[in-house]
Amino acid sequence: MKEIQNNYSDIKVVQAPPGYEGPGFFATSLDRVVGLARKNSIWPLPFATSCCGIEFMATMASTYDFARFGSERLSFSPRQADLLMVMGTIAKKMGPVLRQVYEQMAEPRWVLSVGACASSGGIFDSYPVLQGIDHIMPVDVYVPGCPPRPEQILDGVLNIQKLVHNESLRRRNSPEYKALLASYGIE
Amino acid sequence: MNKPDVSQIAEALKEKFGKAILSQEQLYDFPDFIVDKNTVSDVIRFLFDDERFQFRFLTTLCGLHFPGTEKPFAIMYQVHSLIHNLRLRFKAFTTIDDLEFDSLTPIFSGANWMERETYDFYGIQFKGHPNLKRILNVDDMDYFPMRKEYPVEDLTRYDKDDTMFGRESAGFKKLI
Repeated sequence: MKEIQNNYSDIKVVQAPPGYEGPGFFATSLDRVVGLARKNSIWPLPFATSCCGIEFMATMASTYDFARFGSERLSFSPRQADLLMVMGTIAKKMGPVLRQVYEQMAEPRWVLSVGACASSGGIFDSYPVLQGIDHIMPVDVYVPGCPPRPEQILDGVLNIQKLVHNESLRRRNSPEYKALLASYGIE
Repeated sequence: MNKPDVSQIAEALKEKFGKAILSQEQLYDFPDFIVDKNTVSDVIRFLFDDERFQFRFLTTLCGLHFPGTEKPFAIMYQVHSLIHNLRLRFKAFTTIDDLEFDSLTPIFSGANWMERETYDFYGIQFKGHPNLKRILNVDDMDYFPMRKEYPVEDLTRYDKDDTMFGRESAGFKKLI
């Protein structure tokens, strides 16, 4: 594994994936290159409904600077988004809307559930509130907190990056994944 | 025009509606009338039309539920006379077998959504309402959640189960 040297600044550069190297060539598996590219250019779709959304705004702003992780560009259209970030209480009436947003996203897609409400209903153990978005869609990473601090949201996104990085290119065609979607009645 | 006294209004109501005005009391700074269920819309119409009073703004309207009483369901209305800056509250009680009230939408357009909300949460019907369907809850909800026989908690929640905290679950105990 070779680290690319940069003598001109202290900007951290992503490491090249493991592979075989010789004069004028470098060979590695396609999975690793695609994973590396995807991981560092995730386009998130923020679905912010309450206070966790405010924390997300802080995450995007200069101090925490979400753009450092390759997510400079938020996608406000689900069709171009890779990552659905659900932040805040989801009322049952909002459930079908959120699900439609998820269904409009193209594969591969990931879901980050930020905060207690999105993950479990939180303090709103009550008839109008969806008790966790995993009742209507598969979730990849849960971020605890009420609301979580920007560091926690970044940690959640870094965990998503790990999943993206290591995901097999065949995963989305696997029978397990299809069964997972079918268990939510999607497709 | 002189600001009418609450007693003047009470007198006018008693003169016009007689026994349908069941009782009157003063709750803090709020005059509160309990009115017969079938007359309450006429009372509000009378106060709207009468030049002396002009109660032409419906502040709010909502359902009430007092389980275990003789007439457990009620609707509470608050009307406001903007030119006299005077507010009145009306309550009309009823039983579970007779949950249909006259709609106030012919008098106040603003009653439309309030009556839909009352229907949504208490299942109270409104005769003459143009579009009586749920407004806040999901359309396929099959109960009226503010009625006190239903739990406030959502029954799909599983992480509050006592077994998750190493205790015997309350549900489990009931089964034994």
